[in-house]
Amino acid sequence: MIRIEHLYKSFEDRDVLKDINATFENGKVNLIIGQSGSGKTVLMKNIVGLFTPDKGKILYDDRDFVSMSKREKIMLRREMGMIFQSAALFDSMTVLDNVMFPLNMFSHKNYEERVRRAKECLARVNLAGTENKFPKELSGGMQKRVAIARAISLEPKYLFCDEPNSGLDPKTSIVIDELIQGITHEMGITTIVNTHDMNSVMGIGESIIFICKGKIEWNGSNKEIMDAQNPQLEDFIFASDILRQVKEAHEASRDNG
Amino acid sequence: MITLKEALTDIGRYVQLMGRVLTQPDRWRMFFQQYITEMFQLGYNSIGIVLIISFFIGAVICLQIKLNIQSPWMPEMVVGYTTREIMLLEFSSSIMCLILAGKVGSNIASELGTMRITQQIDALDIMGVNSANYLILPKVAGLMTIIPILVTFSVASGIIGAFCTTFLGTTTIHELLVGFHYEFNQWFFWCGIIKAIVYAFIISSVSSYKGYTVEGGSVEVGKASTDAVVLSSILILFADIFLTQILT
Repeated sequence: MIRIEHLYKSFEDRDVLKDINATFENGKVNLIIGQSGSGKTVLMKNIVGLFTPDKGKILYDDRDFVSMSKREKIMLRREMGMIFQSAALFDSMTVLDNVMFPLNMFSHKNYEERVRRAKECLARVNLAGTENKFPKELSGGMQKRVAIARAISLEPKYLFCDEPNSGLDPKTSIVIDELIQGITHEMGITTIVNTHDMNSVMGIGESIIFICKGKIEWNGSNKEIMDAQNPQLEDFIFASDILRQVKEAHEASRDNG
Repeated sequence: MITLKEALTDIGRYVQLMGRVLTQPDRWRMFFQQYITEMFQLGYNSIGIVLIISFFIGAVICLQIKLNIQSPWMPEMVVGYTTREIMLLEFSSSIMCLILAGKVGSNIASELGTMRITQQIDALDIMGVNSANYLILPKVAGLMTIIPILVTFSVASGIIGAFCTTFLGTTTIHELLVGFHYEFNQWFFWCGIIKAIVYAFIISSVSSYKGYTVEGGSVEVGKASTDAVVLSSILILFADIFLTQILT
């Protein structure tokens, strides 16, 4: 479980995050949603330690990441896996080497065991047989799946996904979402997904926080989002005509019992 | 124009980065793999250009000396002697490193800059890898190993170039050989090697700093690459003055 307490972050004179309090639970896909510029990426970067907050606590199972020593932070980072918006695969390495990289750096397994574990992870994301390809030879969706395989190779406790569906077609996005959800449930890990993809919100949003102008304006689940009485959230979620019609249909069916 | 504050900030950030680079690698096995790869990529791939340039410069120096300095008052062997001293003391170390700063420096800065903007460096940091140490130390160590070897090749190639001018009738092989052997001071060869090691550190660390700290997109990567070459070249020229004073 990851808990954020009274987190503040500003850049020069601009307050980007203001008094953020949130809890991200184990075995659930936790979404951070919000418009571009709302502060969700800054929040994610604070959580993973790419930024240092001005004030507040980030508790990984009650271990405060902000006040940890450099060495403790490095050790904690080995319990994290991250999937970047751009996949961030090492383009000089093959798919197998990419997935093996964390194992090569941190595991004490022998070479055969490391290869076996990497192949297991690739099979889990349905990419068996691509071991010797280079990232540039793969499609965007396949690159994201390799990134997932790399992120889970060390069996992390915490998985972070920064806009994992960015640049993917809707069908591939659903495949990625299902993979993330499946892995979260199987491994019982704490997963945080930063997204503004409405399919993800409706599909895998077991726990959602909505950020607007650096503040948490709403939290709940995808089941509750249809009935949320928050004008800013409604503006964001139901911005398109189709989704507005879905909401109206939902309200009509609710009113009719 | 860069302000004093910006320059001092840059120096501070460079020192901080080097503090992270010059630490013990997380995994020695991975370090040695990277070290061999970098030596191959940065050094082996530069052998061709080093040999070609040195060959022609050696030949041209020999021709110029013959045409401009040689007189009845000068012994014939002065052509070989001067060519050797120029190649050993300045060309093969300093000028060759200036050329390599262009080739290798831009390569390092653009590679690291691209890794930065495509979040590959962030990925390493989040895994708990000391990205500066993992990416930069093998480049620094690799270049500091391979450049002295390239300098040796450069001297040899320049001397072969000088010998080839004998076919144009500038001088005789015998006179050249006499010149090459005349009052040969072995220390001058080591001066070139020491200079090359210092320049290799300048090229690799400055270019790595410029690439590693890129913020933005492809335009910034291009700018970092240019800045890396310009700054490395200036620092090499400054270092040349001090090293020449100290070593000779």
